[in-house]
Amino acid sequence: MWTFIHKWGSPKWFYAMSARVQPWCWAVSLLLIATGTVWGLAFAPTEVNQGQGDSFRIIYVHVPAAFLAQSVFVSMAAASLVFMVWKIKVADMAATVMAPFGAVMTFVALFSGAVWGVPTWGTWWMWDARLTSMLILLFLFLGVIALRGAFASRDSGSKAASVLAMVGVINIPIIKYSVDWWFTLHQPATFTLTSRPAMPTEMWLPLLVMVLGFYGFFIALTLMRTRNEILRREMNKRWVIDLIREAR
Amino acid sequence: MAFSSFAAFLAMGGHGPYVWAAWGVTALLMIACVWHARIERRLLIRSLTRRTRREKMRPPQSGKTAPNSLQASQADDT
Amino acid sequence: MLDTPQGGLWVAFKATLKRDVTLMFRRRGELLNPLVFFALVVTLFPIGISPDPAVLSLIAPGLLWVAALLAALLSLDSLFRTDYDDGSLEQLLLTPQPLAVLGLAKVAAHWLFTGLPLAIVAPLLGIMLALPAGSYAVLSLSLAIGSASLSLIGAIGAALTVGIARGGVLLSLLILPLYIPVLIFGVGAVQAAINGDGIAAHLAMLGALLAASLLLAPWAIAASLRISING
Repeated sequence: MWTFIHKWGSPKWFYAMSARVQPWCWAVSLLLIATGTVWGLAFAPTEVNQGQGDSFRIIYVHVPAAFLAQSVFVSMAAASLVFMVWKIKVADMAATVMAPFGAVMTFVALFSGAVWGVPTWGTWWMWDARLTSMLILLFLFLGVIALRGAFASRDSGSKAASVLAMVGVINIPIIKYSVDWWFTLHQPATFTLTSRPAMPTEMWLPLLVMVLGFYGFFIALTLMRTRNEILRREMNKRWVIDLIREAR
Repeated sequence: MAFSSFAAFLAMGGHGPYVWAAWGVTALLMIACVWHARIERRLLIRSLTRRTRREKMRPPQSGKTAPNSLQASQADDT
Repeated sequence: MLDTPQGGLWVAFKATLKRDVTLMFRRRGELLNPLVFFALVVTLFPIGISPDPAVLSLIAPGLLWVAALLAALLSLDSLFRTDYDDGSLEQLLLTPQPLAVLGLAKVAAHWLFTGLPLAIVAPLLGIMLALPAGSYAVLSLSLAIGSASLSLIGAIGAALTVGIARGGVLLSLLILPLYIPVLIFGVGAVQAAINGDGIAAHLAMLGALLAASLLLAPWAIAASLRISING
């Protein structure tokens, strides 16, 4: 077990192994996303209970993106913890590349939520509990990215961003809970975007497929960009130089 | 199939602009992520190759070789 | 020194607190700055929105809390800055006592000179904003408890950015999202007092947030200070 972790912690090993895993991740995730897209857009029945009509089909991008945004933050914090405790550099490289993708996913969730708001609420923005927590999550991601970039030395930046990611992940549930409390206290719209009493199977199955596809996408993209990050940081290492020399 | 015709599919029961805007932006950003990662990789490899070429002027270093899997990885995704 | 006796810890805490309090008293002018800022921000709103007491009393709880929060944030940048510049922060890192405890002492000093004065002054500004009667004590109390959490959470950000030349704006970007729970329950308490509802739940939540930050923040502050100084 320990040697297993140790091996994956070596950039060289990670680079080699991820090359084998990566194509499978892409294949599975793209297959799932393609299935979910066709299913969700064309085959899932139109929403009738709440009168949302076909605008509810936005759920198939909004919910996966929102799930993913939170999961990316948690994964980033987990990678940061591994980096801080065991000094495994690959974990920090993964955390580095996760932050911008997490910010993109948070933006996707916010944007699709705002667009969905037009037909449902008649306005682009509502201080809905879910959207508000998403907005705060976006700021948290931006903070981590900005802090990492602000340091002259990469090592200090990595450590500082790791601490911030861990502080943030402890705060996320507190923020979510307090925003929910605040939202119920002010009792505005009685209708949130994704709350529905028992969604029929033919509606949530494509959603499940989409969510899994998005997770696969996250894993594949993280592998891909971590490999880039390895090349960038290990540029002067013997094995990278040999690798480049032989590739030609 | 929830729609009777392709036109109905595009119209999305009158919600077309919203549905397609949300899906379009999502697709665009996800494709942009992949595209960015690919470009990043290509540029990195190009600059590393250039550096190796530059260093070729110097006497060759020890003939330590990388494992095969590394070469394979190089071949299949660049 | 392999094991620090319990008394040693307490002595170190008191010594750091005393030192910081002394230093702050030497810079009395700066102490007033957050309070003046607080008053100024509060002044801007009647001018910017409306001098109508009905409107003002509606927004007063949130406005006072947000202004106090910003004032506390403004003073955070200098929390570790002067010690960092004159090198005494490095000395602090070398002491045998745990850095978390010393950091806590510095945060306590910061709260004594910003959070507490803000809480005391807030009712005065509340009068100017036509804050409904019966909520003044709750405003002070919620600010006193809440600003302690704000100081603790903010100190993490201050410790992270102390090594960066112009970390002020970055500090607010890092810290403001983390302030939101405190703001929600703080304003909630004042709002509940105005509506005549029970305030216990809100104050209990503020207390819980303070307990959690007291428990966790010192360690994060210590780790961040080490990163900022040792790289």
